[in-house]
Amino acid sequence: MSSEQRTDEPILRVVNLKKYFPVTRGIIFKKTIGTVQAVDDVSFDLYPGESLGLVGESGCGKTTTARTILRLDEPTSGEAYFQGRDIFKMSRSELRDLRSEITVIFQDPYASLNPRMTVGDIIAEPWSIHGGVPRKDRKNKTQELLEVVGLNPNNVSRYPHQFSGGQRQRIGIARAIAVDPKIIICDEPVSALDVSVQAQVVNLLEDIQKEFGVSYLFIAHDLAIVRHIVDRLEVMYLGKIVEEGDEFQVYDHTAHPYTQALLSAVPIPDPRAKNRGNRIMLEGDVPSPTNPPSGCRFRTRCWKAQDVCAGEIPVLEDRGQGHPVACYFPGVEFSASGAPPTTTA
Amino acid sequence: MGFLRVKKSEDLGGSSADPTAPLLEVDNLHVEFRIEDGTVRAVNGLSYTLGRGETLAILGESGSGKSVSAQAVMGILDTPPGFVTQGSVKFRGVDLLALNKKSKTYDHVVPEVRGTRIAMVFQDALTALNPVYTVGWQIGEMFRVHQGASRKEAKEKAIEMMERVKIPSARERINSYPHEFSGGMRQRVMIAMALSMDPDVIIADEPTTALDVTVQSQIMELLAELQRETGMGMILITHDLAVVADVADRVVVMYAGREMETAEIDDIFHLPSHPYTLGLMESIARPDVHVDRLTPIPGTPPDLLAIPSGCPFHPRCTYATERCPKEVPELESVNGSHSSACFYWKEVQVEL
Repeated sequence: MSSEQRTDEPILRVVNLKKYFPVTRGIIFKKTIGTVQAVDDVSFDLYPGESLGLVGESGCGKTTTARTILRLDEPTSGEAYFQGRDIFKMSRSELRDLRSEITVIFQDPYASLNPRMTVGDIIAEPWSIHGGVPRKDRKNKTQELLEVVGLNPNNVSRYPHQFSGGQRQRIGIARAIAVDPKIIICDEPVSALDVSVQAQVVNLLEDIQKEFGVSYLFIAHDLAIVRHIVDRLEVMYLGKIVEEGDEFQVYDHTAHPYTQALLSAVPIPDPRAKNRGNRIMLEGDVPSPTNPPSGCRFRTRCWKAQDVCAGEIPVLEDRGQGHPVACYFPGVEFSASGAPPTTTA
Repeated sequence: MGFLRVKKSEDLGGSSADPTAPLLEVDNLHVEFRIEDGTVRAVNGLSYTLGRGETLAILGESGSGKSVSAQAVMGILDTPPGFVTQGSVKFRGVDLLALNKKSKTYDHVVPEVRGTRIAMVFQDALTALNPVYTVGWQIGEMFRVHQGASRKEAKEKAIEMMERVKIPSARERINSYPHEFSGGMRQRVMIAMALSMDPDVIIADEPTTALDVTVQSQIMELLAELQRETGMGMILITHDLAVVADVADRVVVMYAGREMETAEIDDIFHLPSHPYTLGLMESIARPDVHVDRLTPIPGTPPDLLAIPSGCPFHPRCTYATERCPKEVPELESVNGSHSSACFYWKEVQVEL
């Protein structure tokens, strides 16, 4: 499902989104001494029924992007359209309606469920805010939802602590689909779960998409899991999108040096892959987003960097790779399965 | 406090230390936690040996007993509620555990090895390091406590250690606090502390789980490099099959406190002989292959207060028969050092 084949309207369109957090000093006489450029000029489209992955390492701005789209953080600038309506111009009541159209599945199933509420109350709570299901039908509907996510419907009056991590995540999923949303933002939904349970939850998310036709904005750092759920990916580094494409473009024709390094760092569960020969070891840490490098933000750790990289910021566009990449020296002879990387251009 | 100064491993236990013995021999280790709700049997008969320069991975999910077994070896088990009820741990032939006649449990009786001969790297460096002391002080503490070094000597040694784990501009950063370091750098500080006494065995408990993948590969590479330099043995405790494939020589697969399968790294990945191992291999996502649907292991990991009878994996196992809930399968040799605790390993075995 690559973007050029799409003729339908995107359900969510994000245009030049920026979110800067002020860095202040002093308690009484607060003074802004700098800004953290958490999200800087991010644009992407999400289509109906599609899963879009937002991937990158911690601090790259992927969660902030999602929070800003939900207006949990106010954007610094930019636009975001849900079905053509500008999210950043919505009133309080419009926002309330929006949050029944876009729901969230959180990372930590231990922290995101109220320990004092029963499972039934947790799942039914969205209806007491957004309506949609009459009070007398709520118990039946809750039990139906529990069945959809693979839990015993008789568990409605139990409390979250009586469930394992994977089961709690299923409760979180039931809550997210209760109001029939169009988009579900999944913020690292499986990274807190055991390996043998991760696959169960990934499969459940796929089944739900098939059944209800929702779109997923899938935020994750685990590139192995992401490959199995998303149709398209946006790879982020220090608040910017560096590469965009469908699964095969990004994993098998990786063009941006950062994506290449990121993929080569993911270990492969096969000792024969040990010497796949394309390990790229990045030096040092991610630079501070308060004072990001000029030009390409990855240039300080990039082995291909030249003078031009410090100048203009490279635009995210197709440079003959078949998919957009924000790099002056992209290469395509790289794949997660082990083809050798291209030499410096 | 009466800390013993141990510099060479030969000093350990006087003449009883055997230079030809393997670094670490764990035999039939049982650990349980006696809590109000009952007895949690966290480790039920774990055995392994670790040789010089070898990396042994202990693979398991949460609650499999992998960390608890390491704590018992280190002698840092919280007692009570945790007790070693059976088994032995030998370091270079010297017994580290001795029976306490009164409580009928085993006590760790050679505390001198802790931190000096057997060192540990913990998962979460931010909680493992003390936030109110500088990293230099904390690394230097090893030298002050164990070798009686002066403050000045300890500081110089700390700088040396920080350089060894490749912390840039070590001399300037020696007086920084843990929160001033990034996650990867903090983990390097922990490794520096663990390596400061030149240990024979290093136990790394999920050393990279909290880190980003690019940092994870840096840290694993650093550990492998230091291991090549010093020839120390490493026990890597992890839940990540991919990390195991990358760095380990041998692996012990644990489930509900039991050893399910143990083998050389190539055997376990290419000839898995236990339904649990096979299930794990099939359920994990790979970055290099596209599959339409993952094959999960059904069910949930067991409640350790009520471990299923017989083979603990039987409620989730597709090969289970009526024999499995009744009898506990013993670890059976499949081929050489490859063994599996399944009655039906012959049927399970598939070549991958």
